[in-house]
Amino acid sequence: MTINTLSQDGVQRQQMPCLTKMERMIISMQDPDMGIKLRNQRLLITVIPHAMTGVDIVEWLIKKFSISDEEALHVGQLFIKYGYIYPLKEPRNLILKADDSSYRFQTPYYWMSTRWPASELDYAIYLAKKNIRKQGELIEYEKECYNALHKRINHTWDFVVMQAREQLRASKQRRKADRIVLECQEQAYWLVNRPPPGTQDSIDHGPERRTMNTRVQLNAEFYKKEIEHNRISLARNRVKSSICLESYVKYCEQYQPHDPIMQGCLPSNPWITDDIMFWNMTSETVALPTKLRVERWSFCFMELLNDPMGRKEFLTYLEKEFSAENLCFWQACEDVRHGETAKIPEKVDEVYKQFLAPGASRWVNIDSKTMEKTLEGLKRPHRFVLDDAQMHIYFLMKKDSYPRYLKSELYKNLLARAIVPQETKKSVFPFMRRQRHSSPSPALATQTAEDDGKAKNSNSNSGTASRL
Amino acid sequence: MASQEESSQPSDTLTTLKTESETLKTKLEEERAKLHDVELHQVAEKIEALGQFVIKTRRTLKGHGNKVLCMDWCKDKRRIVSSSQDGKVIVWDAFTTNKEHAVTMPCTWVMACAYAPSGCAVACGGLDNKCSVYPLSLDKNENLAAKKKSVAMHTNYLSACCFTNSDMQILTSSGDGTCALWDVESGQMLQSFHGHAADVLCLDLAPSETGNTFVSGGCDKKACVWDMRTGQCIQSFETHESDINSVRYYPSGDAFASGSDDATCRLYDLRADREVAIYSKESIIFGASSVDFSFSGRLLFGGYNDYTINVWDVLKGTRMSILFGHENRVSTLRVSPDGTAFCSGSWDNTLRIWA
Repeated sequence: MTINTLSQDGVQRQQMPCLTKMERMIISMQDPDMGIKLRNQRLLITVIPHAMTGVDIVEWLIKKFSISDEEALHVGQLFIKYGYIYPLKEPRNLILKADDSSYRFQTPYYWMSTRWPASELDYAIYLAKKNIRKQGELIEYEKECYNALHKRINHTWDFVVMQAREQLRASKQRRKADRIVLECQEQAYWLVNRPPPGTQDSIDHGPERRTMNTRVQLNAEFYKKEIEHNRISLARNRVKSSICLESYVKYCEQYQPHDPIMQGCLPSNPWITDDIMFWNMTSETVALPTKLRVERWSFCFMELLNDPMGRKEFLTYLEKEFSAENLCFWQACEDVRHGETAKIPEKVDEVYKQFLAPGASRWVNIDSKTMEKTLEGLKRPHRFVLDDAQMHIYFLMKKDSYPRYLKSELYKNLLARAIVPQETKKSVFPFMRRQRHSSPSPALATQTAEDDGKAKNSNSNSGTASRL
Repeated sequence: MASQEESSQPSDTLTTLKTESETLKTKLEEERAKLHDVELHQVAEKIEALGQFVIKTRRTLKGHGNKVLCMDWCKDKRRIVSSSQDGKVIVWDAFTTNKEHAVTMPCTWVMACAYAPSGCAVACGGLDNKCSVYPLSLDKNENLAAKKKSVAMHTNYLSACCFTNSDMQILTSSGDGTCALWDVESGQMLQSFHGHAADVLCLDLAPSETGNTFVSGGCDKKACVWDMRTGQCIQSFETHESDINSVRYYPSGDAFASGSDDATCRLYDLRADREVAIYSKESIIFGASSVDFSFSGRLLFGGYNDYTINVWDVLKGTRMSILFGHENRVSTLRVSPDGTAFCSGSWDNTLRIWA
């Protein structure tokens, strides 16, 4: 065996806690009392010890983890992909079969956590040995690798050939059964670490993390900041877990009827029936909304505002109450907060003129302290200069106008008229698929709107809500 | 004697600071534990167990020539954008499975992509350390790459990006250990977020009323909640045992879930200021790469590096079902905006829509 002096990169190993878990499982699979019962397996004319069948592996996994056949087969499959178990009869076929096919545990010497990444030198020696044994008759891809290596590490080739010869000589002196086992183990290792072209590379892990390029300096300043953060965190107010967790139960309960994956949706889930009625009925521009949708507006203020139709209805209500300027102000503030940086000064100025200036046409009622602070901030307008005022108006609407809206005739009327769609009857011919209609791209919708908008003067009432 | 006392050895100071920080962290965990009077599954005992429901692959999107790394939904609930290892970014109408736009990025490993709220643009980036925005043109002859706008510049790979409430701002996270907020039009950095000790791998915007916070997760096993206005880290959680690959807010905004290489998903409550649930199973060995909640928050879908998707009952903490189908790692998973389906992308070059 090649004594591998490759030093493991501690960082890489950190990235693979899955290997530690796999190895723990592998060890318990080999436990003399609770593990898999191993037996001898005949391979041509030799007897290989400590073998097991595919069924043994699957059944052990089912019993140990209380999982299904399918899941057990899947987990077992991972052990083979990562080289912890290898098949005896068809070594190139790295698949777990739940029948009497034979498998063996790989020796820890070749485990991925001890011997990864595989070294080029070791691979060269392995191929050289094979080349000598088979007198030059290597498989195509192995031949290519061999030649490529020969070119790349030409300077050490004498060493490679010498090592290969040494190992072959040493192995000839072993018992035949041992020799075959060692050859199987070595072959299995290389099939995982140098997979033939066309087969999946299980050990591909993607771009490296925590490389030298990570620029975070773990210096005094970093730790001082961390200490400061921890001190502040210590003093923070916390809520009892019982109260927090209870709120999830309530939330899930309230929203479960609205969760299509859990409870289905009416008339039907478009992805399942290919019928897009559901999307048509819940679109922004529909004439009459669905009952579920109108109900959701009553869950919390954000639900009402986030739905463009809900927002429009609320605006209509506020107009009746002569407080529509509140919502318009809130929308204008959103536009400032989320809009283009370059346009902020002009937008803020527009907001001031319309909503905050004394005698403004749509003056909003903010408490004097907030108004003073805001006006002061307007001297140097920035993205968040209207935040306090916006928050004030938001909570005003939430605490006052919103609850009254929910009790209003306007809302109750709409709720009563709202549609409960009929469930789409399942097709009589289930194998006949409905035609899947395409829909206009949102990019097109906005281009037309933009063309229209160019004619009109854009005002800050439009907000940045999605134009779909 | 005096001179010896005065001479400051930098390494000693660093060690002292590090120890002080660790001590504070331990104290913090003790404080957090004081108000933890009940476990989530105990509270959930009184709820009825969920019946079995069927989730199947309803669409398979084939077209990427290499590993799919990221995807995002359009607000129209049927279109998606996906990015892959070979630099291709594709916009699909997932319902019809038609490809509508394709862009070839000048770099490989496009690990992040996002759909603009208006549906008129997509953002993407990866090993080029940048985040670029491509306006989507309907002119078949137009070369999308020509109108590309370079917005974000980091000093290491881009791991995630998302638009805030409009097309005008983008939030990014990077392998350089920072997150940043950018103005799309000017490319100006509006705010940067420092505090992670290693690569930041994921982020998610809070659905809260005031809409000013977001959460990020990184290779330092930390999940941090940030104030977008000030750049300050408001809260941080360090209970995972390995890299955090994915973070996603619970629909109410009061909590978030995380998926990690330690093969667990966890739920953190922001008001209780602590971890409140762990979703794990002995037979799940490989890391969770991507997590998302169903519309009501009752289900948590996790895409894992062992090619499977596990569906968790968020309240009871149990695994509802395991979905097979992908032939390689699941790298990305998002529930659609109206919750009718979720999409998973995989290193097997395909995307699947499940419902």
